[in-house]
Amino acid sequence: MSTQTEPESETEIEESEAAATETESAVESPGDRRRREKGERAVEEEAKRKEAEETLDEEDTVQIKVFRYDPEVEGKQEPRFDDFHVPFFKGMTVLDALIYARDTYDSSLTFRHSCRQAVCGSDALFINGSQRLACQTQIADLDSETVRVEPLPHQDVVKDLVVDMEHFYDQMDSVEPYFDADELPDGDETQRQTPENREKVKMSTRCIWCGACMSSCNIAADDNQYLGPAAINMAYRFAMDEREGEIRKEDRIKIIEQEHGVWRCQTQFSCTEVCPKDIPLTEHIQELKREAVKSNLKFW
Amino acid sequence: MYEHDVIVVGAGGAGLRAAIAAHEEGADVALVTKLHPVRSHTGAAEGGINAALHEEDSWELHAYDTMKGSDYLADAPAVDTFAQDAPEEVINLEHWGMPFSREEDGTVSQRPFGGLSFARTTYAGAETGHHMLHTMYQQVVKRGIEVYDEWYVTNLAVTDHDDPEDRQCHGVVAYEIATGEIEGFRANDGVILATGGPGQAFDHTTNAIANTGDGAAMAYRAGVPMEDMEMIQFHPTTLPSTGVLISEGVRGEGGILYNDEGERLMFEYGYANNAGELASRDVVARAELTEVNNGRGIEDEYVDLDMRHLGEERIVDRLENILHLAEDFEGVDGLEEPMPVKPGQHYAMGGVECDENGETCIDGLYAAGETACVSLHGANRLGGNALPELLVFGARAGHHAAGKDMKDAEIQTGYSAKSEDGDVEPPVEPGAVGASGEDAAADGAVVDADEVLEHTIERERERVEALMEGDGLNHAEVRSEVQKSMTATVNVFREEEGIKEALRDIRRARERYEDVSVSDPSRTYNTDLIHTIETRNVLDVAEAIALGALARREFRGAHWRAEYQERRDEDWIKHTMLAWNDGTPELYYKPVLLESQWKEYEPKERSY
Repeated sequence: MSTQTEPESETEIEESEAAATETESAVESPGDRRRREKGERAVEEEAKRKEAEETLDEEDTVQIKVFRYDPEVEGKQEPRFDDFHVPFFKGMTVLDALIYARDTYDSSLTFRHSCRQAVCGSDALFINGSQRLACQTQIADLDSETVRVEPLPHQDVVKDLVVDMEHFYDQMDSVEPYFDADELPDGDETQRQTPENREKVKMSTRCIWCGACMSSCNIAADDNQYLGPAAINMAYRFAMDEREGEIRKEDRIKIIEQEHGVWRCQTQFSCTEVCPKDIPLTEHIQELKREAVKSNLKFW
Repeated sequence: MYEHDVIVVGAGGAGLRAAIAAHEEGADVALVTKLHPVRSHTGAAEGGINAALHEEDSWELHAYDTMKGSDYLADAPAVDTFAQDAPEEVINLEHWGMPFSREEDGTVSQRPFGGLSFARTTYAGAETGHHMLHTMYQQVVKRGIEVYDEWYVTNLAVTDHDDPEDRQCHGVVAYEIATGEIEGFRANDGVILATGGPGQAFDHTTNAIANTGDGAAMAYRAGVPMEDMEMIQFHPTTLPSTGVLISEGVRGEGGILYNDEGERLMFEYGYANNAGELASRDVVARAELTEVNNGRGIEDEYVDLDMRHLGEERIVDRLENILHLAEDFEGVDGLEEPMPVKPGQHYAMGGVECDENGETCIDGLYAAGETACVSLHGANRLGGNALPELLVFGARAGHHAAGKDMKDAEIQTGYSAKSEDGDVEPPVEPGAVGASGEDAAADGAVVDADEVLEHTIERERERVEALMEGDGLNHAEVRSEVQKSMTATVNVFREEEGIKEALRDIRRARERYEDVSVSDPSRTYNTDLIHTIETRNVLDVAEAIALGALARREFRGAHWRAEYQERRDEDWIKHTMLAWNDGTPELYYKPVLLESQWKEYEPKERSY
């Protein structure tokens, strides 16, 4: 395939040009010079890459349109989209295409990824207008000539497809996200839990903290303090676990019925639709609303 | 400069358990991870956690199974300690809220697993690792343990005494991925390496892209020997296109392997007449590839794993995650059709030499989990023994580093434990090439803690600058060549010429790595830089694996050699050790301990 030979020729051209520019600049600090030269080279490489890609056979490739932004690199400070033509193979995922583009065309293309199997939750992205895990999204299933890849909406972009997850983590932390039973059996005994109760919390324990739900939620977009679907689901996971006990459950209900808690949810189901682990988030939020009502009635 | 009593590098199962343990002892402990803890690869473990919980089971039986599974290359003190501690660790996890699968009476379910004489594998669906990882991270949050996430540890701050056994570890140097800041982390009481396995030395692997053997490579270069690196487990059931793991739980529940002729291969060709599909992993992996090599593979590549007969209810109840994986990553509906599977790199039994308290030969430096080699798994790890290992030895390392009074280790570490010289003849000179290998010039000059840290920080800054300055090759080319070479030659079936070819390829890759540079000029989230540094680690661990494979001239456990078709107990019940030796690796051997204070093991023929 023609793509195999292109990167090499790119490197050669790049090297001779770099040698030429190095002799010209002596007054700048070495760091500035290096950064400037790298910036210039990046622009040139970009032009060559485009030229190289155009020679690829259209039939065998898929075009991905990727959001680019870097606060400190000239030419990337204004957000833009770069097109990459990537050779297609059966079973190719959006993550495969991104990795190919990065390793072959532009090593500065930046995105989080690790496990490749939808369990680490690193690569939730906005793909063709919807929150999805890049590793779990088959390009063929998108049924679209170009694949548009953007960072998760409603989160600050750090660089390219990487968003700042701090706010998401803060919301998760705010619901006391840890098992904390009222009482435990003696050291060498396990707690009992009915299979039914385990089944009840099962879906809620599948959360991989990818942030897709939070990004899809209109309410979370407008109300920065809203706990959001993932954190509420986390609260659900513990509140519904019979091993924790009634006292702890009451505490948990108090957390989720606060001003920016469950009552903010307007049951639009957007979170449920995008969840890559099929967690019925909206149902869990609704159930906690009912629990909150029940709990309040008890004290009247 | 940051300062803590104990620094844990890596926040997967072993790292989290170590941090909790150190905290239990009252230490000020911090986790430093290049990911966020919940992104760690422990989360991908599926099958389960072995522990002798049942009254009819016993730690002795668990230990016996583990030793047999190891093909008598494990050290008895490690095996016995492990089997004794595992039940308590599982109970801890349950008390921390782990959502284990349950029996009708509310007790924790246990299922059969390959190589086990008792159904002792506890599990949470087919996503046990995910739940274990999250359960422990929750406990880290509860305890307020400090986490430095997306900080990539690039080197250890170790004194440069001539003899590694005189050296001391005072901390680490890390690079903050978001900002490009390079900082020292001083550890007053100890550094625990829990960075996971070296799967990225291969290209068909169940491991995450982040599993680049960082901890092992750093410890190796700092002077800690690598142990039994040739012992790589190839999991028999991975999806052919991606290497995604299909849990042994499928076979544990009754899944059957078929060849192209529809024969139940494990029995039809006598690979394991008793245990069948539930034979040990190395046995099943070889059986599958033998079928493929004999023309009975499907599409000349894989075999079928069929679980349809288990029925939808049981599958959804216990293996639901498998249905999703098969659907998402191979386009197969496990309820309607068999799933294609083939062996893939899965786990490293070898690693950083340490004792049963996690201590390496360098004072203040520990290792736990897949990074470490205690040695618990010897030549082959049993399914369901990795997760309890993280718990047992993560906890022990954490406790020990935090100063808990523990009994002295029986296992000896360091070059002084050597019993025999090496006798390997690599086709090319292994070890450091050029400037990137200069990070361990031991001249005894830097021994003061602050000085060591300052010196290491400076060296790492220079290293990063040099990588950023250059204008050379993309590391991805170098990495991918090594991965392909390793998968082609140091795989399930190994031949002398193939292993030598891998060593030549690695040597060439080392030379090319000298010309590698980072083309992204940014200090913000520069993954180009991170991956370039990782690739250096991949080279070191790949070379160690290949050297061990060349040295071991026998067939034991996961290590099969075309030229040596038998286990040779008289010569080879010994650990393959590799010392970095400041860039000129030396291979040697140390004895396997088949006797602990509790038990003595007699090597027997391993049949299932």
